[in-house]
Amino acid sequence: MRLLTGNVLETGDVVWWDGTGWSRHLHDAADVGADGEALLAATLAAERINDAALVDAAPTADGPRPRTMRERVRGAGPSVRRDLGVQADV
Amino acid sequence: MYSYDAYDQAIVDARVDEFRDQVARRLANEITEDQFKPLRLMNGLYLQLHAYMLRIAIPYGTLSAKQMRMLAYVARRYDRGYGHFTTRQNIQYNWIKLAEAPDLMADLATAEMHAIQTSGNCIRNISSDQFAGAAADEVADPRPYAELLRQWSSFHPEFSYLPRKFKIAVIASDTDRAAIQLHDIGLQLVRGPGGNLGFRVYVGGGMGRTPMIGHVVRDFIPVGQYLSYCEAILRVYNRYGRRDNIYKARIKILVHELGAVEFTRQVEAEWAEMEPLGLDAPAAEYDRIRAQFAEPDYDLAASDGIDRGDPDFALWLDQNVHPHKQPGYAIATISLKPVGGIPGDATAEQMDLIADLADRYAFGEIRVTHSQNLVLAHVRKADLYSLWAALAEADLATPNLDLVTDIIACPGLDYCALANARSIPVAQQIAERFASLDRQHDIGELKIKVSGCINACGHHHAGHIGILGVDRKGEEAYQLSLGGSGAEDASLAKILGPGFSEAGVVDAVEKVIEAYRTVRTGPDERFLDTYRRVGDAPFKAAVYG
Amino acid sequence: MAEVQDQAAVAGAPSPPETAAAAVLSFRAQPLYDGPVVPLVEFTSASNTAAVRLDPGDDARALLPHLAGLRLIEVAFPKYRDGRGYSAAAILRAAGYAGELRAAGDVLLDQVVFMRRVGFDSLAPATPLDRAAVDAALARFPFVYQPAADGRTPVWALRHG
Repeated sequence: MRLLTGNVLETGDVVWWDGTGWSRHLHDAADVGADGEALLAATLAAERINDAALVDAAPTADGPRPRTMRERVRGAGPSVRRDLGVQADV
Repeated sequence: MYSYDAYDQAIVDARVDEFRDQVARRLANEITEDQFKPLRLMNGLYLQLHAYMLRIAIPYGTLSAKQMRMLAYVARRYDRGYGHFTTRQNIQYNWIKLAEAPDLMADLATAEMHAIQTSGNCIRNISSDQFAGAAADEVADPRPYAELLRQWSSFHPEFSYLPRKFKIAVIASDTDRAAIQLHDIGLQLVRGPGGNLGFRVYVGGGMGRTPMIGHVVRDFIPVGQYLSYCEAILRVYNRYGRRDNIYKARIKILVHELGAVEFTRQVEAEWAEMEPLGLDAPAAEYDRIRAQFAEPDYDLAASDGIDRGDPDFALWLDQNVHPHKQPGYAIATISLKPVGGIPGDATAEQMDLIADLADRYAFGEIRVTHSQNLVLAHVRKADLYSLWAALAEADLATPNLDLVTDIIACPGLDYCALANARSIPVAQQIAERFASLDRQHDIGELKIKVSGCINACGHHHAGHIGILGVDRKGEEAYQLSLGGSGAEDASLAKILGPGFSEAGVVDAVEKVIEAYRTVRTGPDERFLDTYRRVGDAPFKAAVYG
Repeated sequence: MAEVQDQAAVAGAPSPPETAAAAVLSFRAQPLYDGPVVPLVEFTSASNTAAVRLDPGDDARALLPHLAGLRLIEVAFPKYRDGRGYSAAAILRAAGYAGELRAAGDVLLDQVVFMRRVGFDSLAPATPLDRAAVDAALARFPFVYQPAADGRTPVWALRHG
């Protein structure tokens, strides 16, 4: 599956496209499939989400698991500070 | 310490206003992110993995207690209660909101601090020796010259869109505690013919993708002319540095491609044009700045005696305390490397405590080191025990300076958008492996440096043992290098062989160190000296054999 | 386009026609040069042209023997990140060139302070700039740390008279 992600302009918060809007939580992320490029282009044109990108992920029972460590760290928070980031809210 | 006058303050305040306006224009979509990015970068604001990161300059590594309290305030008010001291005498905060950044900058300005030119293709924070003004071996305090460089380089109209970033370091001792040979320009204050002060000028050092040691382009430039000389170096670089390839854009590549001799000839020719233009600040300006770095009001009756009765204190004394030029005083290094901690991180509470201790014991002054520790530069020997006891309460008295657990590590993939692999967990696991102080002292001086990508913020090229995180098909992997040094005996570490997994690299480091213990001539031969004597064969055999 | 251009930097100056030159912001007392501009490779002292364009890779010093006969030197900024044109301007002004020095191309609001400081006295941005915003940017920093072609007094000189 493919996910659309980026960081909110005002806060820098990591967000994931959930099909209708942006969620802070990776487990809400929707498979954008073949719509990915169009969604990405629209996101870039709006200039409200920075570093927007499509990332590959695998579906799991716990939700999408991004292929790269980079995106997994973005989805959770620093591995050396489990008290910080989205992981601390869960 | 240098204190802003009305001119300095007005310039920094204007910068805050300008940045507030730029942020407002971006938030209103009046400018695109592509247009805004270089503007925020020139104010030290990056977008990292989890949020914006703000890098604040600590010019030449000197902070007042008041400034340290401001850093603690910033950690609490705008971040998550901590900050990260970097390898270039800056501090970084990892959880900044763009919309709040202008207020943050305004708060910083009230403490005479800023984030100007801590990123971007411009002249970055001027770094220096953390022992400046206190070291027994310096020819003069280098910081007034560093402050002049700070002012000269701030908003330099010709050099704000260079081919690439540009880093300058200034020292005044033969012992190099600022890695000047690994900077774009390294300046060493020396006494020249007749005893006059001037600078030996190194150009073209650097780490990153193509590490190089700097070349001496001039043995002596009188202090009254070093600004115009730097201007000439920057002019040659701005005109002829490569702009076609970001990886070849640093001045080291220009020096390498031209050759040091031809590069020097061009600089000298340019300087002949520029020197008569009156670019150098007058001696009166140097004198004005130097007066603000006057010697502290030392206690002339301070005793040289120290009670070593507490063995834990004695360990710290032997490892983290250095001689001071003033009788009765010493230089104390505060380790930000507790075993299992995050190298260079300090909590707001620790920052406040250190500010209080600086006020009580060190004339209200704190230094930041390129190896991510802090220093109280002027402490009465009679106060060392009280200082140590207070530091120990806050986990700030680890007696490990320059030992195997005093590891430099960049933020790595836990925070950094550029990283390929995590650095901090590797540093933590090595420190935990060697947690025994007896073992650390038996190994002796050993500088391990960990970078999470080729950009080398963790100085792995300059590590006695260097570790570089790389991406291997989506997995983190680590390369091991040996034999680097960022000191006066500068050298570049050499890759030992094939890379490792995260656990594998910790094991490999241990094998390297055990091989060193076997082949060293005795406990007095440092790891680096053993490596230079025997080469990498015994280490290869130990790791891959 | 026209409403954001106010090139009448000189009080009482007549409004120029709305041509390509109308996009040029002037900081000169004298009128802008609006004749043809030749690239450096085509320029020779014998060619009798009064205006030449320098591209980023050109050596500004090639013009030093010809400065007296030039009315306009246009320095191209194809990309704002390419800062070579700042050095070209500084070299030309230090050599005594007093004619029009124009920055042309990717000239953005946040570069105009630096451009004015190194000696540009006209700006030809590819995307029009609002004159009021430019003037506000130029007025923002009350002091400067370095001597430069604009002749502003650096703070070290203010401090020591």
